[in-house]
Amino acid sequence: MRIVVAMKQVPDTAEVRIDPVRNTLVRDGVPSIMNPFDVYALEEGLRWRDELGGEVIALTMGPPQAEAILKEAVSMGADQAVLLSDRAFAGADTWATSQTLAAAVRKLAPIDLVFTGKQAIDGDTAQTGPGIAASLDWPQLTFVGRVLGIEGGRIVVERYVEGGVETLSSTLPAVVTVLKDANTPRMPSLRGKMKARNLAVTTWGIADLGLDPSETGLDGSPTRVVGIASPEARSGGSIHRGSPEELAVILADLLLGEEAGA
Amino acid sequence: MDYFLSDDVKAIRELCAEIAEKHIKPVREELDRENRFPHEIMNVLADSDLFRIYIPEEYEGLGLGSMSLCVAAEELSRACAGIATSYAANALGAMPILLFGTDGQKRKYLPGLASGKSLAAFGLTEPDAGSDAGGIRTRAVRDGDSYVLNGTKQWITNGGEAKVYTIIAMTDPERGARGASAFIVEDGTPGFTYGKKEDKMGIRASATRELVFEDCRIPAENLIAREGTGFMVAMKTLDNSRPGVAAQAVGIAQGALDAALVYASQRKQFGQRIDSFQGIQFMLADMATQVEAARALTYSVARMIDAGVRKFEKEAAMAKVFASDVAMKVTTDAVQIFGGYGYMKEYPVEKMMRDAKITQIYEGTNQIQRNVIASNLIRETASGAR
Ligand SMILES: Cc1cc2nc3c(=O)[nH]c(=O)nc-3n(C[C@H](O)[C@H](O)[C@@H](O)COP(=O)(O)OP(=O)(O)OC[C@H]3O[C@@H](n4cnc5c(N)ncnc54)[C@H](O)[C@@H]3O)c2cc1C
Ligand SMILES: Cc1cc2nc3c(=O)[nH]c(=O)nc-3n(C[C@H](O)[C@H](O)[C@H](O)COP(=O)(O)OP(=O)(O)OC[C@H]3O[C@@H](n4cnc5c(N)ncnc54)[C@H](O)[C@@H]3O)c2cc1C
Repeated sequence: MRIVVAMKQVPDTAEVRIDPVRNTLVRDGVPSIMNPFDVYALEEGLRWRDELGGEVIALTMGPPQAEAILKEAVSMGADQAVLLSDRAFAGADTWATSQTLAAAVRKLAPIDLVFTGKQAIDGDTAQTGPGIAASLDWPQLTFVGRVLGIEGGRIVVERYVEGGVETLSSTLPAVVTVLKDANTPRMPSLRGKMKARNLAVTTWGIADLGLDPSETGLDGSPTRVVGIASPEARSGGSIHRGSPEELAVILADLLLGEEAGA
Repeated sequence: MDYFLSDDVKAIRELCAEIAEKHIKPVREELDRENRFPHEIMNVLADSDLFRIYIPEEYEGLGLGSMSLCVAAEELSRACAGIATSYAANALGAMPILLFGTDGQKRKYLPGLASGKSLAAFGLTEPDAGSDAGGIRTRAVRDGDSYVLNGTKQWITNGGEAKVYTIIAMTDPERGARGASAFIVEDGTPGFTYGKKEDKMGIRASATRELVFEDCRIPAENLIAREGTGFMVAMKTLDNSRPGVAAQAVGIAQGALDAALVYASQRKQFGQRIDSFQGIQFMLADMATQVEAARALTYSVARMIDAGVRKFEKEAAMAKVFASDVAMKVTTDAVQIFGGYGYMKEYPVEKMMRDAKITQIYEGTNQIQRNVIASNLIRETASGAR
């Protein structure tokens, strides 16, 4: 079983601040981490590697500093780490990102499974996993809360969808996007940390992937983020104090008033 | 203070701190309240390779020496000394095999201990033999290819949880201290059962239990070193593990200091933060200085051991005495800084003060350590070495 886990380095906060003038994220002073969902994607890869044998390859596209999350992945048990880094990759939207990551998966062939997180906490689109699947023309299993089994060239998963759980079986190779319900990520091990410290991360640029600059980065991105804004802070609700009886009356008045207003 | 630790040892500290934050702090209060052994956390420590650090590489360890164990014990104790005791007692239990085991014994037991799949314990103390270990009554009688053990060990850390026990028993009671021998006894051996589980003041997330041997037959090859060397094995074992107790004390004290600093910066009385009062500031300054001094002494002994120095009995005793007295003092002062809140179980310093006490008692009481230091000083003086 050769498993790729795609992971993104993101700023360590769900409340990313936005530069209102430049429409970009303010990353200064915010430490970078592995996208929280991707920790679960990694654990899922490691878990099945441990059970079935094989290898886990941690893959990220990003600036040279993104190497940090690959080292973290190796300290948790990933066997290999590949960084896709090139000026030509900068400014990629989800389309270009997916194309670039898919090209790396092709270069790493044969691969049986790609795990990604459900979504990144900064870009938040949840499109990259499906994009990789589309580019490779592989089946995609999204919002997976549990992988039930991998056997005989097939994978069986539970998708947690609104209002229920869908059990799906698919042929391999496939792309699976993982929710936090999937598992409990392990701690790094000391031997992993020692390995990570001395690890020379494999770095591939555009030439290594055989892509054209028109297919990657800003030039390969059909999407442009033209505006980005913080929603206005909501004013706090009103607080009422009193005995249960008094509060019941206040609440009833409010609800009735709302109904009357509607 | 920068102790210029190796990258490996720094990684151990980082890893232990992460485990403490994610796995230990959320449950330490509950484990303490319920007097419960931390099985899940032992598994986390095992998966993180922390049982490998003090075991040589040829036996599936990482061979990182005494310093690595001290830093791990310190960092875990900073969060919970009970859990740290359950962890560090493995090194104590493994020490007789590490120091004096044959290659066969090492091959048989150390890889399992390195993986953390089996835990170890060390059994010397008996109801009537504590500081005076020469008074032990557990007997081991040679019978063909076996030894037959009879007797009771008391207050054995990891008792009932460990798979591998290193036990000191008398093979020749006539010869007194020269008549003791060390053995390896496995959990599940017929005639080996567990007795009373203790309900303790502190380190309640560690198991302290009686070991009962009734015609317990073990293979003769489980003898460690030679017959008659049991006390030497026990004393060298304790010399080597004492820096670990010192490190545990440093960790407890550091944990209490951390908590006191945060609390003092938040608590307001007379309209100002209590850390603006010089009375509190001087306490904090003294606490921090004592913790640093205890750490420096502890690491220095660990460095001596790792450098291969053969005689460090006096220094190991000094580190144990000093650090454990510091832990008691600093935790008591931390409770003082918390005031009435410090006396309540909702705040962690109450537990730290209870936990600190054991470091002055076990692995040789502080009175016995002072005896050791003094007898070394007197001997050195008599021999002109001073
Ligand atoms: C605030 C903001 C808004 C944006 N809006 C859009 C937009 O509307 N449309 C658009 O096309 N782009 C948008 N982008 C750009 C987009 O974030 C990135 O182009 C794209 O690389 C990743 O998309 P995502 O962050 O939404 O990740 P998702 O698609 O949410 O990530 C899902 C999973 O894919 C994997 N993954 C994602 N990125 C990488 C990577 N670089 N390397 C390895 N694995 C990865 C991870 O496993 C991750 O968990 C936006 C970026 C930001 C910061
Ligand atoms: C929680 C816990 C865990 C333990 N774990 C283990 C374990 O894993 N393995 C193991 O073998 N043992 C273990 N012990 C036993 C521990 O090592 C002994 O309790 C310790 O050595 C002291 O023995 P004692 O309790 O019998 O005290 P005693 O020897 O009865 O001492 C009583 C008091 O007299 C003092 N005293 C004794 N002799 C002298 C002297 N010559 N000069 C001055 N003062 C003296 C002592 O310092 C002490 O203050 C554990 C004990 C506890 C409480």
